[in-house]
Amino acid sequence: MNATDRIKELAVSDSGFLFDPASGATFSVNPSGRVILAELKRGADRTEIIAALAERFDIGEHDLHRDVDGFVHLLRTHALLPEGFSL
Amino acid sequence: MTGREIPKRRDARSATVAVTGLNATDNPGPGVAVIRALRADPDFRGRIVGLAYDSLDPGIYARDLCDDVFLVPYPSRGSEALLGRLDYIARRVGAIDALIPTLDAELAGFIALEPQLRRRGVHTLLPSRAQLDARSKVNLAELGAAAGFDVPHTCVLSSPRDLYTLHEQIPFPLVIKGLYYGATVVHDVTAAFAAFHRIVAEWGYPVIAQQLVAGEELDVLAVGNGDGGLVGALPMKKTTLTDKGKGWAGVTVRDPHLLELAARFVEHTQWRGPCEVEVMRTRDGRYYVIEINPRFPAWCYLSAGAGMNLPYAVLRLALGDAVEPLCSYEVGTMFVRIALDQIASLEQLSAITQHGELAVTSEERVA
Amino acid sequence: MNAIARKADTIVKKDIYERPLLVPHQLGMMNKMGSAQARAPLTEIDGVAVEELVACYGSPLFVFSERALVRRYRELRDALTRRYPKVRIAWSYKTNYLDGICRVFHREGAWAEVVSEFEYDKALHLGVAPERIHFNGPLKGESALEKALPAGSIVHIDHFDELRLAERVAERRGCRPKVALRINLQAGALPAWSRFGFNLESGQARDAVMRIVTGGKLELTGLHCHIGTFVLDPAGYRVAAQKLAQLANEIRARFGVELSFIDVGGGFASQNTLKAMYMPGEQASPSFAQYAEAIAAGLSELDAPPRRQPTLVVETGRALVDEAGHLITTVQAEKRLADGRRAIVADAGVNVLFTAFWYKHDVLPAQPSSGTPEATVIYGPLCMNIDVMRDSVLLPPLDVGDRLVFRHVGAYNVTQWMQFITYRPAVVIIGRDGRHGLLRRREDLQTILAQEEVPAWLR
Repeated sequence: MNATDRIKELAVSDSGFLFDPASGATFSVNPSGRVILAELKRGADRTEIIAALAERFDIGEHDLHRDVDGFVHLLRTHALLPEGFSL
Repeated sequence: MTGREIPKRRDARSATVAVTGLNATDNPGPGVAVIRALRADPDFRGRIVGLAYDSLDPGIYARDLCDDVFLVPYPSRGSEALLGRLDYIARRVGAIDALIPTLDAELAGFIALEPQLRRRGVHTLLPSRAQLDARSKVNLAELGAAAGFDVPHTCVLSSPRDLYTLHEQIPFPLVIKGLYYGATVVHDVTAAFAAFHRIVAEWGYPVIAQQLVAGEELDVLAVGNGDGGLVGALPMKKTTLTDKGKGWAGVTVRDPHLLELAARFVEHTQWRGPCEVEVMRTRDGRYYVIEINPRFPAWCYLSAGAGMNLPYAVLRLALGDAVEPLCSYEVGTMFVRIALDQIASLEQLSAITQHGELAVTSEERVA
Repeated sequence: MNAIARKADTIVKKDIYERPLLVPHQLGMMNKMGSAQARAPLTEIDGVAVEELVACYGSPLFVFSERALVRRYRELRDALTRRYPKVRIAWSYKTNYLDGICRVFHREGAWAEVVSEFEYDKALHLGVAPERIHFNGPLKGESALEKALPAGSIVHIDHFDELRLAERVAERRGCRPKVALRINLQAGALPAWSRFGFNLESGQARDAVMRIVTGGKLELTGLHCHIGTFVLDPAGYRVAAQKLAQLANEIRARFGVELSFIDVGGGFASQNTLKAMYMPGEQASPSFAQYAEAIAAGLSELDAPPRRQPTLVVETGRALVDEAGHLITTVQAEKRLADGRRAIVADAGVNVLFTAFWYKHDVLPAQPSSGTPEATVIYGPLCMNIDVMRDSVLLPPLDVGDRLVFRHVGAYNVTQWMQFITYRPAVVIIGRDGRHGLLRRREDLQTILAQEEVPAWLR
């Protein structure tokens, strides 16, 4: 299964409750994480994801590249994205 | 604590009661049983607020149990965090009239908070810290000597070397225990060493060695009113055990001496609140108190079925009712624990994990 | 045109950003209440802002509260004097021998308890009268005894070789010095420390008493027992006090010697949570009143007529000073470990906070923050795998430069810390009126070079 299909099958509620139908595992995701997931579901690339975050949030000095990579790393760690995936 | 006036606030029948211990797993907390006993009383039509430590505690998802469930912080977070959360919950549900803690790990914390809870109108029926410590495993033998009940010979071990000479005081097989958890029967010094080190590694000192008394185990659910009076005592024999040694079925029995033991304990300590007295009765008719747990046991729903509803009595006492001693119960009342798969929804799990609360019923809340 | 003008007038309000986070749900770990009820930050110590302290003295930084020291001392003194007529608190130097800290306790009336020649010299340098020093320890050394015995300090004899040495020094200096006997005994639930002093149950202690009394060269003025460290059950003190009282009675009855004091040592627990502990320190730690109750109960066995009762001596350390100490540290980096855990790197490590090996220190952010707290490992700055300040603690999102405050660090850290890899930081004290000042300067290269030499052939 490719990354986009995998991301598309994850069920995320507005309150940040995430259900993975493949494993039955559940997670909590915060608002910025939800934005990234929504963008990944659209098939967005790194630039688009960062732009979406910058538009929605007051990002100040935060290093968005690092934060996005960190989140993607978490998705891989919990098998919500294929191991080899990267933006 | 003795003879203290509890200002009567709320009628037990319509009270809002918070209960902890919703971890109804294969090693269950007593919360579900306490709640079911409260609901079983024909007079009770109040609200039950479940307090849970973990989003996956099964009691949260049980039907017809709680009106609302809220997550509360672990005891290690400290009393400030707990009080703040209880204040929030009270605002959400209108008021908490009474609180019944059911887990060993949280008791000392709630006992320390008792004055602040009372100031907020949250009533409890709890022992004092001194009473709690008096029946700890380390002190039980001394308590028994003073109160008039036998306790199996107990040694508090201060070093592994004590195990070499232990058999001079306590013959094998004997039981090696930690202060709160971890009881192992051992048949020789090698096994004793292994058990000793396991307990020290997991729970630290002290380690207790106790004579193994051969006989049958009987447990007594009892409630003290804080003035030395025994409000009720219900003796039970476990008839089926799980592989972890937990009772999976049991029956009430007739044994006046068991009631006497509970009465002695309650009277001597002026115990306030529920407790479970674990007793070994030998073939030749001797009784040894093995342990006294300072809260409701998980099998306490049996008391509702046997005509001596002790959780409801505790609620009434906490709220200041004068409760006549409950003297009679049905001998031969059985309980059988059933493992039920209950269908729950991801929405419920989501509400608890994301918001920390779950309104099980849709009643309007008083602001 | 209008559309563009309208857009320019629109104020776009954006949400506060928090770095993206995904937390798995696991049974036994799923308590959101750790999160929703984030604890209030510790922005100031005794009314002085953490930022101000860092601006003045740098980071990391040990900060002591004079108010807390005095409060604890008086609490201990009151708990004991309420229950026993004659009480002496001897401040345990090894717990924290900084001049400033010792001065606070001496000003309140404390004697000094020292366990080495170094500590003895330090007490004298501080102006403590030699007669107000209890000198303990398995190795005092001949030169120390030469100083202490003739000067009137009370030397607690640890073993027969030391007894002989003390007698020789006394003879040489022509004095009859005051000594006490260090006793070890079975006090119940604790592992007994049999390495220090003379054993009671085997009769060794009586032999030592006999030796001193019949030798006539030393004056036996007291008995001393120290049953353990971080003792959570006061009952052991009752047993120890009782056994010492019984021995004192025996000594009076047999030899007509009236002891001047009975010393039950130290070992009271502080509010820290030991790593192996089941209940948090806040709940498990007995109060001074509880310890005092147990000790007084044991001493009630004394036969002495009223007004000739021996003085009760305690050598408290940790329980007096732990709470008064804080360690301010600054976040240097944040990492996401391969297994998904969050880690931060702080500028203070186990070389500076030795007690991080024993306790789960309470640690709070020093500035307000919002956002989802997460279980976090706190690493120090050392390139050593063991440098873990906290294994797992719930902390809110933090930025580089944010401060954290470790609490209850007053005992043993500024005596046991290591100068390893980093300089040791400054130590300051906040006075009762809010003034603050140095107790120990931050080290620099000169501090270390001052002790070094290079032999000629290596230059």
